[in-house]
Amino acid sequence: MSKKYTTPFVAAVVGGAVLSLAAVCAQPVSAGTVEVAAMTEMKDPLTKQPGDAAKGKGVFANRKLGNCLACHKLEAMKEQSFHGEVGPPLDGVASRYSVAELRLRVVDPKALNPDTIMPSFYKSEGLHRVLKKFAGKPILDAQQVEDLLAYLATLKE
Amino acid sequence: MGINLSRYALFGLALALTAGVAANAVADEKKNWGAYQVEDRRSGYTYAAPETRAMQDDNFQNPGMLWAEIGEELWNKADGEAGKSCASCHKGPESMKGVAVSYPKYVAEKKNLENLEQRINRCRTDNMKAKEWKYESKELLGMTVFVRHQSLGMPMNVKVDGEAAPFFKKGEEFYNQRRGQLDMACKHCHEDFPGAQLRANVLSEGQGNGFPVYRLKWNGVGSLHRRFRGCNKQVRSSAYGYGSDEYLALELYVMWRGRGLPVETPAVRN
Repeated sequence: MSKKYTTPFVAAVVGGAVLSLAAVCAQPVSAGTVEVAAMTEMKDPLTKQPGDAAKGKGVFANRKLGNCLACHKLEAMKEQSFHGEVGPPLDGVASRYSVAELRLRVVDPKALNPDTIMPSFYKSEGLHRVLKKFAGKPILDAQQVEDLLAYLATLKE
Repeated sequence: MGINLSRYALFGLALALTAGVAANAVADEKKNWGAYQVEDRRSGYTYAAPETRAMQDDNFQNPGMLWAEIGEELWNKADGEAGKSCASCHKGPESMKGVAVSYPKYVAEKKNLENLEQRINRCRTDNMKAKEWKYESKELLGMTVFVRHQSLGMPMNVKVDGEAAPFFKKGEEFYNQRRGQLDMACKHCHEDFPGAQLRANVLSEGQGNGFPVYRLKWNGVGSLHRRFRGCNKQVRSSAYGYGSDEYLALELYVMWRGRGLPVETPAVRN
């Protein structure tokens, strides 16, 4: 492993990643360290324009965009009502994950856990019966993903 | 080999943690739900707010009973060229007791499933020589509520083997198929996270035993297929039609998931 994981949750996510890798490759995965490391993060930003945390906060809260509070609790945003409890709380999330790790989790969390309920926010292909007005489009565009990540990066313990 | 083992061990841990999250979500209400729980299956009643449950419990407060009254009036009203009412053949509505629990069911002459709405309409066209009622019309909802209400409290018991088996399998596939831009299957909310807060709502197991339900959000009664359509659109997927083969199969699967739960029609839900 190229990284030290400290909490069981993170370790479990890595387990999911290994499995998805095995499933996708359909062949035995050798020692795996390199591939596993590659599957746990997405280093390259999606845009040249750096993310804007203030805009990202809007993406996070907007019910038609990130709608992150539908599933996640965030004390830092308690002025908004009705926080979900389907996913883990996001306070301090940037102390638990790097931005590159968060990017993969926003772009395509199924790369880590194939059975997750979490939508892939930057995926527009391989989806089943998408409503016409959303067809061919990801939930967030590339800049919105980067803005969101800039906001998530501010959520330190 | 050692690597393989640890890989599965980690995956197992992931599963255990996922299960742990779901279990925590429902742990807040460890009470005896009586007939509303059968083994690990709980009616949506048990996930509803106390005031919503109270509204359902009292027939005078339950707004869904207005639809049952519509059905009761229609029961005795002659319609169609044959000049018959439901009562002409079926006598009193108590003859419908126990009928609802086995719907949807396989019908040989259609080589397909048929739900209660469609059975009512078949009676109208074939026996009464009357026109079909439209899905979600107050007449069809009213009669469906009224007929199901005669089985109030009786355990759901759909047949899923024999001729119904391929339809059941199709319904199960639908249930587990990710769909829409949000890429979620029914199971992701209703199997993995019942009891968890999703924004302002508490996720339930998505049981069908109370349908057609009076839904506060609708300010009226709606069918299970209406609810399917709403769910599908919420994950930004194109819905199927009322009474479509896809929803009939899904209805069978959903009713099987709730096997043994009591008929609650008209239930009251958020």
